[in-house]
Amino acid sequence: MTTRTDTVPEAGPGPAREASRATAAPRRRRRPAWLPYLPYLLPGAVAFVVVIGYPFVMNVYYSLFKWRGGMAPMRWYGLGNYADLMNDSAFWTSFQNSIAMILAMVVAPTLIGLVLAAVLFDYLGRRFGPRVAAFLRATYYLPQILPVAVAGVLWNWILNAQTGALNVILRGIGIENPPNWLGDTTTALPSVMLVLIWVQIGYPVVIFMSALQRVDPELYEAAELDGAGWWRRFRAITIPQIRPETFVVTLTCTVAALKVFGPIYVLTRGGPESSTLVPSYYSYLNFFDKSKVGYGAAVATVLTLVIIVVAVVILALQSRAERREQEGR
Amino acid sequence: MSTVTTTPTAGGTPAEPAPSSGSRRPLRATRQDERYRRGVGRWFVLAAAILVALLMLSPFVIMVLNAFKSPAEYSQDGPLSIPKELYLEGVQNFWTRTNFPQKLWNSVFISALVAVFGTLLSLLSAYAIGVGRIKGRLWIVTLFLVANMLPQEALIYPLFDMAQKVGLSNSQWSIIIIFTVIQAAFGTYLLASVLGTFPPALLEAAQLDGAGRWRILWQVVYPIVKPTLGVLMIFFFIWTWNEFFIPLVMLTTNDTQTIPIALASLQGDRMMDAPTTNAGALVSLIPALIFFLIFQRTLTRGVTAGAVK
Repeated sequence: MTTRTDTVPEAGPGPAREASRATAAPRRRRRPAWLPYLPYLLPGAVAFVVVIGYPFVMNVYYSLFKWRGGMAPMRWYGLGNYADLMNDSAFWTSFQNSIAMILAMVVAPTLIGLVLAAVLFDYLGRRFGPRVAAFLRATYYLPQILPVAVAGVLWNWILNAQTGALNVILRGIGIENPPNWLGDTTTALPSVMLVLIWVQIGYPVVIFMSALQRVDPELYEAAELDGAGWWRRFRAITIPQIRPETFVVTLTCTVAALKVFGPIYVLTRGGPESSTLVPSYYSYLNFFDKSKVGYGAAVATVLTLVIIVVAVVILALQSRAERREQEGR
Repeated sequence: MSTVTTTPTAGGTPAEPAPSSGSRRPLRATRQDERYRRGVGRWFVLAAAILVALLMLSPFVIMVLNAFKSPAEYSQDGPLSIPKELYLEGVQNFWTRTNFPQKLWNSVFISALVAVFGTLLSLLSAYAIGVGRIKGRLWIVTLFLVANMLPQEALIYPLFDMAQKVGLSNSQWSIIIIFTVIQAAFGTYLLASVLGTFPPALLEAAQLDGAGRWRILWQVVYPIVKPTLGVLMIFFFIWTWNEFFIPLVMLTTNDTQTIPIALASLQGDRMMDAPTTNAGALVSLIPALIFFLIFQRTLTRGVTAGAVK
């Protein structure tokens, strides 16, 4: 990293300066070499400030007011909204459900994906050819390309109590009163979690399979010659070798799980009785349904904070693991 | 946060060891394949993997089965029967009620423009960061990455407000502008790491030939990173196509909405019978499916591009 940083700016303009623009040399030397590149950053910087920076600051600002939105008067409330959140059981439920979302979007898909990828790559891929493995991989990935709203509508029908495919099938095999999957407080959250697992599985499979391509096949061959079975090789080679990708999957999926909105909106709208409420839907509800803009902004700000903290923790764990590995060598 | 920047530099390395070990492989491949192709156990593993595949596909299969049934047939024979006749009214119903061609055009228009603008914006910023080595680039890249992770809820109300003030409420341009920036935040992060490893010799040669920065960007850098830009474009397109939250809030009338919003808003409709729901879901996923089939390889490359290591 450091060597590259040194070579590019100095070696880059250096020869050109001496060869063709000898007269301009003294004046240019005082200016850092990166300065002329600044205009290229300008469009991105302006767009970033207008669409992300300013709105985010405004959101934090709104969270300090009681405001019904639009032309309604804004009343200063200080940290009142945040204090109210602490005593709001719906708010706490929503974050509790975030843990369920992490189980469904990170833990389960990563574990299942790890096994599937290893089986496809280093077992089926070798025995039945890479085409078979690639085909199965594409099948697992298919739910990922669906607009989440489409997947939600489809599952909403499958899980519908009266006309849904699942209950029609269950009644067909003699179960008189199949559960109202999305309409019952006890089954709604597990049902949503199952749908999310279905949606998510393909992502780790694809990432892990490409990670495995990076692993030197001789490692496996050597282990095999030493008499290590598939499980031993999986634990001793596959898992440690693809650790960097595991971190990437964990980070991106955890952030996605904390932000999840579409599936909840389409499947349950947070119900029944807040049993599937998540922070992003709760803030949406406050913004556009209850007209409590300041309160919704506070929820969104807390959610942002949680996401940043979680991301920093995961990244810190990753760099620590990397450092350890380097020291180990 | 330093880990974020180690990733890009390491991104160049995996390409190097791969060919060397790959070239040694063919010699042994035949002998090994023979060894692998024995035993019965492999058929059980294959069966299990296919079973998982069927489980993943089953929602699609029963959707297709029911998209072409009449409501009467559905209530009589249930969701698992093969349709007796091709009933197209479900598809027609959905097509006309949502004015599907309009929704399709809206989705294509928005996603395509975001893909182009987002890639362009990413390239400009990444050129300054990766090739120009702007001071403080570590912070800039981190900022872009954080921006990409922000929940959209933390931006939506001010964006909604701003759109109204500048006369872009219920306009597709508001969506295009917003997603161009959000996608470019990720694109810049990714491209900056790619351009950070750009061979300095090429830049020097171009400079010796008297090329300015603008010409170097388009005649040296652009042709080389074109494949990466292609992957980014496809990804921006799909991500924008699938977006739900911001379009749901910003696009309030029928004539501006995208396919996912149209389908979701039909859901509360009491008139929606099961075959229409299925037909709607089927029609809505076909564009994504076609895209998937065309770009399957690129997609796989793109998914993993985010995980460069």
